[in-house]
Amino acid sequence: MTSKPVILVVDDEPQMRRLLQLTLETNGFTIHTASTGNEGVMKAASERPELVILDLGLPDMDGSEVLKKVREWSTVPVLVLSVRSAEEDIVGCLDAGADDYLVKPFRTGELLARVRAALRHRLTLEEKILFISHGLSVDLSSRIVRKGDEIVKLTATEYALLALFVKNAGRVLTHRFILEQVWGPAQAEETQYTRVYVGQLRKKIEDDPSDPKLLLTESGIGYRLTVDE
Amino acid sequence: MNSDQSRPNPDTLLRMMKKEEEKEKKGKLKVFFGMCAGVGKTYDMLKDAHGEIAKGGDVVVGYVETHKRPETEALLKDLPIIPRKTIEYRGTLLEEMDLDAVLARKPKLVLVDELAHTNAPGCRHTKRYQDVLELLDNGIDVFTTLNVQHLESRAEAVGQITGITVHETVPDSVFEAADEVEILDISPDELLKRLAEGKVYTPERSRQAIENFFRTGNLTALREMSLRITAERVDRQLRDYMQRQRIPGPWKSGQRLVVGISPSPRSISLIRWARRLAYTMDASWVVVYVEPSGVSDEKEKDQLLKNVKVARELGAETIITSDEDIAGALLRVAREQNAGQIFIGNPRRRRFSRGSRLVDDLLKRTHDLDIYIVAREEETEHQKNHFVFPQIESGYAQYLLSSAVVLLTALICFPLTPLIGGYRSVSLIILLAVSLLPLRMGPGPVLIAAGVGALAWDFLFIPPLFTFSVGHLEDMMMLGIYFIVAAVTGVLSARLRGRDKAARQREERTSALFALAKDLSSAHSQDEVIKAAVTNISKHFEADVAVFLGEADGDLSPQPHPASSMVPDAKEISVSAWVYWNEKPAGKNTDTLPFAQATYYPISGPRYPLGVISVRLRENRKLGVDQESLLENFITQIASAVERELLNEYTKKSIVIEESERLYKTLFSSVSHELRTPVATIMGASENLMRDVATPSGTTNLVYAKEIHIAAERLNRLVAHLLDMTRLESGMLQPKLDWSDIRDVIHGATKELERELALHPVTVNIPDDMPLMMLDFGLMEQVLVNLLHNAVVHTPAGTTISVDSFVSNGEGVIIVADTGPGVPQDVLPRIFDKFYRAPNASTGGTGLGLAIVRGFVEAHGGTIAAQNRAAGGAEFTIRIPLKNESLQSEPKPQ
Repeated sequence: MTSKPVILVVDDEPQMRRLLQLTLETNGFTIHTASTGNEGVMKAASERPELVILDLGLPDMDGSEVLKKVREWSTVPVLVLSVRSAEEDIVGCLDAGADDYLVKPFRTGELLARVRAALRHRLTLEEKILFISHGLSVDLSSRIVRKGDEIVKLTATEYALLALFVKNAGRVLTHRFILEQVWGPAQAEETQYTRVYVGQLRKKIEDDPSDPKLLLTESGIGYRLTVDE
Repeated sequence: MNSDQSRPNPDTLLRMMKKEEEKEKKGKLKVFFGMCAGVGKTYDMLKDAHGEIAKGGDVVVGYVETHKRPETEALLKDLPIIPRKTIEYRGTLLEEMDLDAVLARKPKLVLVDELAHTNAPGCRHTKRYQDVLELLDNGIDVFTTLNVQHLESRAEAVGQITGITVHETVPDSVFEAADEVEILDISPDELLKRLAEGKVYTPERSRQAIENFFRTGNLTALREMSLRITAERVDRQLRDYMQRQRIPGPWKSGQRLVVGISPSPRSISLIRWARRLAYTMDASWVVVYVEPSGVSDEKEKDQLLKNVKVARELGAETIITSDEDIAGALLRVAREQNAGQIFIGNPRRRRFSRGSRLVDDLLKRTHDLDIYIVAREEETEHQKNHFVFPQIESGYAQYLLSSAVVLLTALICFPLTPLIGGYRSVSLIILLAVSLLPLRMGPGPVLIAAGVGALAWDFLFIPPLFTFSVGHLEDMMMLGIYFIVAAVTGVLSARLRGRDKAARQREERTSALFALAKDLSSAHSQDEVIKAAVTNISKHFEADVAVFLGEADGDLSPQPHPASSMVPDAKEISVSAWVYWNEKPAGKNTDTLPFAQATYYPISGPRYPLGVISVRLRENRKLGVDQESLLENFITQIASAVERELLNEYTKKSIVIEESERLYKTLFSSVSHELRTPVATIMGASENLMRDVATPSGTTNLVYAKEIHIAAERLNRLVAHLLDMTRLESGMLQPKLDWSDIRDVIHGATKELERELALHPVTVNIPDDMPLMMLDFGLMEQVLVNLLHNAVVHTPAGTTISVDSFVSNGEGVIIVADTGPGVPQDVLPRIFDKFYRAPNASTGGTGLGLAIVRGFVEAHGGTIAAQNRAAGGAEFTIRIPLKNESLQSEPKPQ
């Protein structure tokens, strides 16, 4: 991939657009901007961006509406960037199909990391089948998990959980999503399952379970499996 | 007479000033006063009204009766007239002044003819003069007309002169309060001439009138009376003037008269007479009714109420006291009131009467008081028939019953005579029956029973049987002795019982008042005061009670207080509004809006009305005079309690306002400082950066950028704190509890503060079996962030911070501790207060962090405490109750 990745920034604040454009362009991305929801939806179709950075508080429609419209025909990764910090807003966006969420004010380093992670979602099938990060390797085809050189023994549920994280590496997964995928829709409210199993998983795959580096907690929202830079 | 006495006393002066002050707010009343109809009062009034209009006055006609006199009608033609209200009463349509329409129109001056008129049933007031008083209270001037025979104190005299009873009367106080009285005086000959010319009535009516009423003799007497009243008025005005201007002159002493009345219509004459006397003597007067025990019937009660009302209307102070010893009570009141004279009516000589003894008693027991006995005036035939029997204190039924009891006893004994040992023993049995009677009867019936018993014994038992003659001397003696003993024991015990009853009533009254006072004084809020008022009134008077209170905007609440024991309908509520604004009782058993279902009493404060109490007696009862005055006492007490609570509330409110003002100031100074410092840094540093663009020097740029970043973070923290605080204060904070691993929470917090904690190593100690806790992850993370940040800010670099979590006593405990210098002891109690910052605390804090911590922890149902550790350093302990289900249950994967 030699061409610069194209990113669409949808934000009504000119100052924020300028800052994002400057930051991202100096880091090797091509930027298109839109200041309204409608313009954002149009440019998402016409400019074929590889990532959309979306503000929620837009003048003509709410950002979540833009997200819904884009998701009708596109699987382009969407990073929501908003001042809304309430957990239900974040979870709502993620459940509606956003790939990540960052609360303003943000640190530019954090933003760039999230942008790269979101772009890497488009891993090739091969990359997904053999996932390697922080000394952990997961081979989805042979179902072998290794920590360093040792094989890690996982229960069926633990493996199902880890596989889900690997398939969605770098993305924030909400409790609800995890529960639905692993335990089925009937258990979507039983958040203690994820707490317990993530705890068990951490003991097996993390170097220091009390200071996790692989399976990160997104407070009040869910978990994310980090990907090596 | 020394000079001091010539000086009006301060109270009197104050009273005068108050009178004038009140008058300024009130409308002015002008009375066109004449000796009888036809002297030209209405005509004159209309002419004056035209004069006012010519001067630009706003005049309307409320009610004017022209009696079809052409000259009068001509004058009325050009005046704006408020349409009359028609009221249907028993099939006939009656026309009355539309009081509400006049009040709504609010003219400067309104003309209201015939002050003494009685309104049709269904009007607000029973009497027109009450309408006029309400108009005056609302600041509207009134012109009105009045004939001398309608004046309360003269009605009777006029009746005697002309032989025509006057029913429609106006209290003298209304007349006296008039600001201006214009007398219309023409000679009787002139009036008769006008009558003959048909200027007053139609020729047919004129003839009748001349024969019946307009006789020269009558007219002369009426003329003299009206002139004399006017003269008295002028005299009084002169005296008032002299007193005010301190013109030396013959001052009347501050005399006081006590008038003893009875529940008899004759007392009204006495009251009127006393009023005239008091007026000419310039004395104040007190009307006293001493209520003896004994059964008083409804008619007497009604008459007594009427007498007391007349006395009040004529301006007397009234006192009702109950005592068996009438003379003693009168003397006591006279001494208490510092009165020099006692007036009583000449008691009618009646059977078994104590009346004449009253005069003897009074005379015997006083040396320093003058006793006046006022001659009894002739009663009309109607009154005689009506009141002969009630003179005897108990009703017929009692007499019949007592006689029947004794007769029955005699008849039962008759066949048993031989068994009980002869006819002499029978006398003892009859005596027993007579002496038991006082338990239920008054002295009168007992006396009659004693007589009946004597006769029955004589007739049925003493030989010769079935005759009233007595054979033996000793039987004669026995009969005599029997009668005396029966009479004496009977009457004495009846009187004793009466005294007992009076004492009991007094005691009941006192204890009722005491109970009320106790309840009111122990009430701690307006609601409790109202509750105490409602309970006490309904208990003591067996009534349903509703209380309406004034609202903050000054209007009366249309909803009764929730403690009320009844809910009046909308029509009744309008009565309460009238009472509230006019501060006068109204409703049932009063002259204002008498068709209401309950009686409404104002709760009056010293400056403005506070509310209204509505009392509906159960079973359609009516209160006696003493009960009425007790209720008034109740309401006075309630009013002062209501006012007390009102003042309390004001005080509380002002404290709250003060507190919020203080908070506002703190917030303002704290926030403005916290906002401006980082903003100043950002502006200064960024400006330098912009200037440096031309001459880039890497190191300086980095320094500026770092400063901007630090300032921005500080601003960000303040904004976050303010938002959190707003969430807390709004009361909208609903923690979204979810199963959370406390390790995750702590990890999240330390991650967030990674940079700040660089120089403050954090150790976390959590047992392996630590269960999940029900927490709002975000809130609890913020709690830990704030606590950790607090530790960083208040301890020197290098100080270690520890976070411990474990389960103890069914609670999840989280302890954040440092090894720094600790918290000054005097700061500890206030450490969680909003905007509280410890003196000498290092900069960068908002004074909100710990307040938010406490708010969030309490939202979890938990507690937080701060203390200093024995080993040094501050320690914050959070306790959150664990839910039972928190014990880990193994999830079942799909």
